[in-house]
Amino acid sequence: MLNGYAGTVLRIELTGGRVEKQPLPEKLAEEFIGGRGFVAKMLFDELPQGADPLGPENLFVMASGPLSGHFLPASGKTHFGCKSPASGGYGDSNMGGHFGPAFKYAGYDMLVLTGRAPVPSLLVIEDDRVEIRPAAGYWGMGSITAEAKLKKELGEDFQILTIGPAGENGVVFACITHDFGRQAGRVGIGAVLGSKNIKAIAVKGTGDIPASDVQGLFEEGKKAYTAVRAKPGFTGWTPEGTAGITDWINRVGAFPTRNFGTSYWEKHPDINGAAILRELKITDKGCYCCPTPCGKYGLAKTGLGDVYVEGPEFETIALLGSNCMLGDIAEVGYANYVADELGVDTISAGVVCSWAIECYEKGILDDAAMGREVRFGDLASVVYLLEQIAHRSGIGDLLAQGVRAASQQTGRGSESFAIQVKGLEWSGYECRNAPGMMLAYMTSDIGAHHARAWVLGHDLAGTAANVHELIASSGGGEKLPKSAPQGRAQYVVDSQHTRPLFDLLGICRLQYMELGFEPEHYERLFEKATGRRMSWTELLGVSERVWQLTRSISAREIPGFGRAFDYPPERFMTEPIPDGPNEGHCVTREEVDILLDEYYAIRGWDENGIPTAETLTRFGLADVAGSMDGWACHSGGAAS
Amino acid sequence: MRLTAIPERCSGCTACRLACALANYGRVNPALAALTIRGRFPAPGTYEIALCDQCGACAEACPVDAIAEEDGVYRVDEDACIACFECVEACPHGVMFAHPTLDAPIKCTLCEACVEICPRDALALVDA
Repeated sequence: MLNGYAGTVLRIELTGGRVEKQPLPEKLAEEFIGGRGFVAKMLFDELPQGADPLGPENLFVMASGPLSGHFLPASGKTHFGCKSPASGGYGDSNMGGHFGPAFKYAGYDMLVLTGRAPVPSLLVIEDDRVEIRPAAGYWGMGSITAEAKLKKELGEDFQILTIGPAGENGVVFACITHDFGRQAGRVGIGAVLGSKNIKAIAVKGTGDIPASDVQGLFEEGKKAYTAVRAKPGFTGWTPEGTAGITDWINRVGAFPTRNFGTSYWEKHPDINGAAILRELKITDKGCYCCPTPCGKYGLAKTGLGDVYVEGPEFETIALLGSNCMLGDIAEVGYANYVADELGVDTISAGVVCSWAIECYEKGILDDAAMGREVRFGDLASVVYLLEQIAHRSGIGDLLAQGVRAASQQTGRGSESFAIQVKGLEWSGYECRNAPGMMLAYMTSDIGAHHARAWVLGHDLAGTAANVHELIASSGGGEKLPKSAPQGRAQYVVDSQHTRPLFDLLGICRLQYMELGFEPEHYERLFEKATGRRMSWTELLGVSERVWQLTRSISAREIPGFGRAFDYPPERFMTEPIPDGPNEGHCVTREEVDILLDEYYAIRGWDENGIPTAETLTRFGLADVAGSMDGWACHSGGAAS
Repeated sequence: MRLTAIPERCSGCTACRLACALANYGRVNPALAALTIRGRFPAPGTYEIALCDQCGACAEACPVDAIAEEDGVYRVDEDACIACFECVEACPHGVMFAHPTLDAPIKCTLCEACVEICPRDALALVDA
């Protein structure tokens, strides 16, 4: 028995409907901890090289971590992984809610789906019982509608994840939705589940999770809750949740606006956290065991109708709000609901919509191509584009491929304002004067996502303060000097180990990142749960091992992969920000190269950004090093 | 004293349920909890908390008098219990449960673990 873990891997080969249960390998737990670590190791070991991301040979992996489902703050995270249809390389995404703990109480740490179900299906898991049922009546349904119907059919005590039409139709930024508003949003994980003909997974668990010292864990957990409650951010940050950072982000000129045309928007008070509390909120909505619920559930009333919606959280405010120039929080909430119901990631969808509208403004995509007029600041335009995308109708068939592929096919200069890295659309932070954060996006292993590293405090305020302290500070607003690229890489690397460590443990990072909850608590909680004594530094070492592995998976899978895939979009290197605190600034290509050179050196990668055999061996990945000769990165290059 | 809920403060984290199971059974398993949280989504977007108010309906239903009140708390005498679970059926709040690993029903002991842990102060002890 492995303490901390449920102890079983559930494998389902969908083509033949074969269900297999295996003991969780001890060595896997020891070397890769859980969550994202399990996902990465599974993909490296079992994904057939060169697999079509939307083909039956791709893997859909879901894993919780050793702390998931235990009595400690915010133990509700679940991790998903696949070969990404957005990037063609390593992909993972995680979500909060209650699904991961329920899956663990049912007895499982990891789910591995292979093949493709012969007909649209549902997976229903109730403790030992695993059933593949026809999804008749569910296919084609919206994510939230399907969840509500399944709850009625199966019972309120099932935890359910679903995909929407976008996932069924292979939209490369289709997401997974759970608990009426929690998403595993990124890398097209919803499309991969859809490609397996799985509409939903429902789970109910009534079993125990073993722990090395149950009573000790209970006591440490209570101490941890008390410590979180004592943080100023407990009462200062929680009420607005992630949306509370909106004003600070605008003050320091990092607010993506008008398809990243600028980084400052005077309408930010109309779409910030206070606006949510004022105009939308019904209740705080927390994930499993979370003392600081960032979820704000409410009712958005607009000219297009009234909808219940969880959010918008900050990323949605930035990408569907300012970036599409929706300047009314109810309208952002409405667009958020439409994206959720259709099953598209609000981050990528916001970037795709804003790119399409800019193309229309510039005459690159005309009325005939677009199917109608589309405008920034127009909710109906955004809703139209989202629906076209999810159903791959008209222009939606192009846009469903994401901005990298769409701009490559469209040409006429549209590639320069396709805001993505590695095929994944950029999330909610403008970085033309934030070189560390720019580097974080450039080198994030899944593409342009902030979850791997977030260093805007370092870049723009010269501080490692937690988010609540940044929000509470009076800094920003004034004109900021140009930031130099030198000396950024180390704090980016450090952040790339810290934040993803939470994804290994299967818990939320926000108590630590936003409130400053001390990591020493996690050392004790990890020991009480698993019986293993590991320092925070040692745990970070595992996070670094996983980082080397995920980079290697992309190098193995993507033809020509390397440095060219780490560059930001042309707009960021050639168009200075036109207004706001960072007016006149951009990061030049030469500066980008300085960032990458310093970063690769710290990482132990060659000048093309490929891990060396020596580096991989140093991190206990000799088997990975041994496979390098056959990697696709050595073959002819595809466009980055 | 008795337990009471302020559902508009609840955020549905269910830490109370896990605390309940740990305090009463020493097991990491919220299926052993003696209170429930139900999220009403997608509409109207609220939470319902069901908990034991020590009303005694379980004791009345018990055919072998295995549930008795002491200092305002109804407790199950596990040695006397015949596991008929008629009390579970009789509970007007739906907060007594059977579990395949237990020989007796799950019932609130007014231990306060749920009140202590609730980060939202959505549970409280009040005078009976």
